[in-house]
Amino acid sequence: MSAATLLGLCAAALVGVGVYGFIVNPQPLRKILAFNVVGSGVFLLFGAVARRGAALGWGGDPVPQALLITGIVVAFSATALAVTLLLRLADEADSVTLASDAPAPAPAEPHAARDA
Amino acid sequence: MIDALNAGIALLLLGLAIWTIVARDTFAAIVGYVAYGLLLTLAWVALGGVDVALTEAAIGGGLTGVLLLRAAAQLRRTEAASNAERPGLPMRLAAAIVAGGVAVALAIVVLAPAGPAPTLVPEVAANIAATGVGNPITAVLLAFRAIDTLLEAIVLLFALIGVWSLAPDRVWGGRPGPRYRADPDGTLAYLARLLPPIGIIVGVYIFWIGADAPGGKFQGATILAAMWLLAMMAGLADAPPVGRRRLRAALVAGPVVFIAVGAAGVATAGAFLAYPEGLAKPLILVIEWALLPSLALTLGLIMAGAPQRPEDR
Repeated sequence: MSAATLLGLCAAALVGVGVYGFIVNPQPLRKILAFNVVGSGVFLLFGAVARRGAALGWGGDPVPQALLITGIVVAFSATALAVTLLLRLADEADSVTLASDAPAPAPAEPHAARDA
Repeated sequence: MIDALNAGIALLLLGLAIWTIVARDTFAAIVGYVAYGLLLTLAWVALGGVDVALTEAAIGGGLTGVLLLRAAAQLRRTEAASNAERPGLPMRLAAAIVAGGVAVALAIVVLAPAGPAPTLVPEVAANIAATGVGNPITAVLLAFRAIDTLLEAIVLLFALIGVWSLAPDRVWGGRPGPRYRADPDGTLAYLARLLPPIGIIVGVYIFWIGADAPGGKFQGATILAAMWLLAMMAGLADAPPVGRRRLRAALVAGPVVFIAVGAAGVATAGAFLAYPEGLAKPLILVIEWALLPSLALTLGLIMAGAPQRPEDR
């Protein structure tokens, strides 16, 4: 079995594992982590496609690989924004929950201690 | 022999991914994810994408791992409450069925019998000489698909603006992150004095060599940003206030130069981001040298986070 097929199957399994973790884990940070696993699996799958496009003695098709570099950077920036949103939510509400029936956060009191 | 190596990498990747999902402690899960990112680098080398391997090691495993670790440390106090919401067995079974379905569908796509694989290698090989660069990935990123790279740099700026906009009103335009203080005689401060000069040389080298060998500005900029972050975390440097005009000018300078080169291409070569005959390599160098500091600043500031201190603290 060639490297492309083997790692392509591995990538399919990684996407499955990530989707399971995304649905099951209640903590938003773990959901972001699972989403990153899904993303890396999708990139690996595309990389297997790039490997299959090898020709003329080159190791792989450079166009999908260049698109993958762009994809990894954009995925990182999305993760950074999601994590910052999560941290701000934790600061404001003192708990992180995606449950819709959670009690509303207490009205914002002046954080006197923090301004010191 | 190589098959055994690839099979080993694939199995370890799967095992680490499962660990990342099922580990109870968030910190342990994220450490597993960093190891997973590094192992993914090996998988990329096995697939013949060394440039992508460098990017995955730097950004996918390195920067994302540090980002998640810092978030986990700050969210530690909320972990107990969130754990109480774990779903019951029916939900888990349904999730497993959905996940299994997705994985099987993708596996069928991978194993589907196909004719000759579609490839763009002949087109790239035919046109790469005109760009003047030897690395086909750099040629694709900066000559054939330069618009993607431009939009990628702008997406990074958007993410930075999004991160900054999450500052509380009272510290708007202030300094990101807490004021780190490390023991000035400790290991962290020592490392932060020893490593950055070496790291800067390595980062600039990886950026420079990207024209003809695996490398490039994203990988080099990540190393430069990592050295800056190391100095910040050891207390040797402080994060700049994000309201400073010079900082903001330095951040947009790279994309502005890129857009200017593209607009000049409309006048001289007939299309946005087209390069005139014979000027491809110099223009590519101009774009890269302008983008490198902007990218390093952007990545470092995205990692530093939203402002938390007023400007004068």
